[in-house]
Amino acid sequence: MTTDNVIEISGLRKSFGAHEVLKGIDLVIPKGKTVVLLGASGSGKSTLLRCVNFLETPTAGTVAFNGKPVGTPKGTGGERSYSDRELRALRAHIGIVFQQFNLFPHMTALENIMEGQRAVLGRSREEAAARAEALLARVGLAGRGGAYPSHLSGGQQQRVAICRALAMDPDVMLFDEATSALDPELVGEVLRTMKALREDGMTMLIVTHELGFAYHIADEVVFLSEGRIYEQAPPHEVMLHPKGERTRQFMLGHSEFRLPHLD
Amino acid sequence: MDAFLSPSLAISLPALARGLVHTLELAVVCLVASLLLGLVFGVMRYAGGRVLHALAIAYVEVFRNTPVLVQILWFFFALPILVQFEISAFTAAALGLSLNSGAFSAEIFRAGMQAVPKGQWEAANALGMSRTRVMFRIVLPQAVRHMIPAFTNRWIELFKLTSLASVIAYPELVYSAQQISNSYFNPVEVFTLVAVIFIALVIPASYLLRRLEARLRRSAP
Amino acid sequence: MHYQWDFSVIGDNAGLLLWGLGNTLLLTLIAILIGTPLGLAVALMRLSSRRWLVWPATVYVEVFRAAPALVQLYWLYFALPRLTGLRLGGFEAAAIALSILSSAFLSEVFRGGIASIGKGQWDAARGIGLSYPRMLRTIILPQAIRRMLPVFLERYIELLKTSTIAATVSFGDLLFVAQDISYRTYRTLEIFSAIAVMFFLVILLCSQLTRLVEHRLARSGEFTAR
Repeated sequence: MTTDNVIEISGLRKSFGAHEVLKGIDLVIPKGKTVVLLGASGSGKSTLLRCVNFLETPTAGTVAFNGKPVGTPKGTGGERSYSDRELRALRAHIGIVFQQFNLFPHMTALENIMEGQRAVLGRSREEAAARAEALLARVGLAGRGGAYPSHLSGGQQQRVAICRALAMDPDVMLFDEATSALDPELVGEVLRTMKALREDGMTMLIVTHELGFAYHIADEVVFLSEGRIYEQAPPHEVMLHPKGERTRQFMLGHSEFRLPHLD
Repeated sequence: MDAFLSPSLAISLPALARGLVHTLELAVVCLVASLLLGLVFGVMRYAGGRVLHALAIAYVEVFRNTPVLVQILWFFFALPILVQFEISAFTAAALGLSLNSGAFSAEIFRAGMQAVPKGQWEAANALGMSRTRVMFRIVLPQAVRHMIPAFTNRWIELFKLTSLASVIAYPELVYSAQQISNSYFNPVEVFTLVAVIFIALVIPASYLLRRLEARLRRSAP
Repeated sequence: MHYQWDFSVIGDNAGLLLWGLGNTLLLTLIAILIGTPLGLAVALMRLSSRRWLVWPATVYVEVFRAAPALVQLYWLYFALPRLTGLRLGGFEAAAIALSILSSAFLSEVFRGGIASIGKGQWDAARGIGLSYPRMLRTIILPQAIRRMLPVFLERYIELLKTSTIAATVSFGDLLFVAQDISYRTYRTLEIFSAIAVMFFLVILLCSQLTRLVEHRLARSGEFTAR
């Protein structure tokens, strides 16, 4: 089966105990497109993103990767079971970047980027190191491979984390509030890196609070509210001419976003 | 129950019960003594002048850095030669265990007191309180709450260490077990039972102490 | 005090005392080498999501932490042969007892260290598709062990002190040698004082090393994970 959608999510639900965070999400991420998730905190955006690579296990519904549903159905009721092996293979094809970087503090930048290549893709040390160096150069960190994370600024750490994910040659990149933990003056360098990825044709799913950035980078903006997709359209529609009341309130609440411009 | 126990074990039970009483006696004496020793040497190390401070360090280092079994044997076999009078097994065990545990307790007291901010001293001094009064009315009451988890572990450890008194023939649980096992050739039953007794006392005790600890932590300001 | 000290007995038996010290250190080392990996295995069982792995490990830890070391040793030395016909020498019994004992305590140290590693590290390791054994080996354990190193060393020193119980089952460690010499020479005071000093020096050296390691760790900032 071939499809142009890297990710297809249907009927996705996720509960934590009695609290249902996602209440039935249907969403596709076409190849080469960038989808941005917006919404108030607690709307379920991060949970949805983490369900895509199964860092959170969905309670019900399916996620299909390159047209192939993940997991096997478990009776009725939409529940599925997922084998460890299957999820590991899946995660190797889906890059994720976290708010807190989560670099491995006891490894150098280079070792951070090499670990997955060596352990999962089975690349040789030389191959992995060469790939890591090339990626570091691409994000403007040539020659910093020997540095430990604690000796790098937040922006540099996040760029290393992006390289760590890219080194796996993923089909899609997930960004979970990748700039929220950064000092304001360091946000730009990470956003520029993400923008360059888009220009290279990377498929991306992004959770962000940077509305100006979202406006410029998104092919599609998805506004989540209370665990459901409330509004979904190209950015100029959702962000400049929101149809729904909640979307309008959200945009009004972010008054710093007025005119679409970047840099 | 009697049918389940071997006859020899049924005969052994009263002797083991006496052993348990001796174990508990030794444990209580050592617990009280080690607390007092810990308090005295902890305060000396925390607030004493140069001589007292050095003395406290010497005490703590000597008794923490030698095995408690060696200490017990030294008090039982070596000390009588020096002081020229008999030392009973109970006294030797109590001396060794108390002094050893006292050294650890002194460190717990000191660490607890050091966790109290210096500003408390300054505030109390500003009121014109004497050093002793500041120590016992201001610093120690606040320090206690930092010390409780460490003491909990210490006391459990001390209780288990009382078993070492068997080596100098003090008739606590383990020594009683050895005697019984020598007479009735039933080491499996007796030593298993002794292990069970210790486990049955230690696990609930540590559970209760942890509960108490948690409650104190919640009620503390 | 009319006692005439005579320390010549120490010099006369120096070789024997050093042999005993060597045995003490050997016994401790063996208990460390067996107890540490065993403790890790037990810790991993307790951290597992499978209940049939968790509860035997929990019982193991609780039981072997609660029973006194001497009781465990006596059980192995006196009771086990009656139960199985398998006769253990003093050294074997002590080595097994101390290995099990230390594994129970060390498993708690491992568990604490692993639990102290933030969720983000696990997320990131899973995020690049690492297998559970691989992420433990290269991501989680190196950080956990580094963080708990002072506690491990402290435990090892405790173990060295506890190893003296082996003398009670006639293993020729430093304490046993001392008793032996004192029976022969009646120089109990000198001998017992001498081995106390020997233990003191060895343990002091070890605790100074521990402090040095602690200092080093505190200074090397690269490894402080968020």
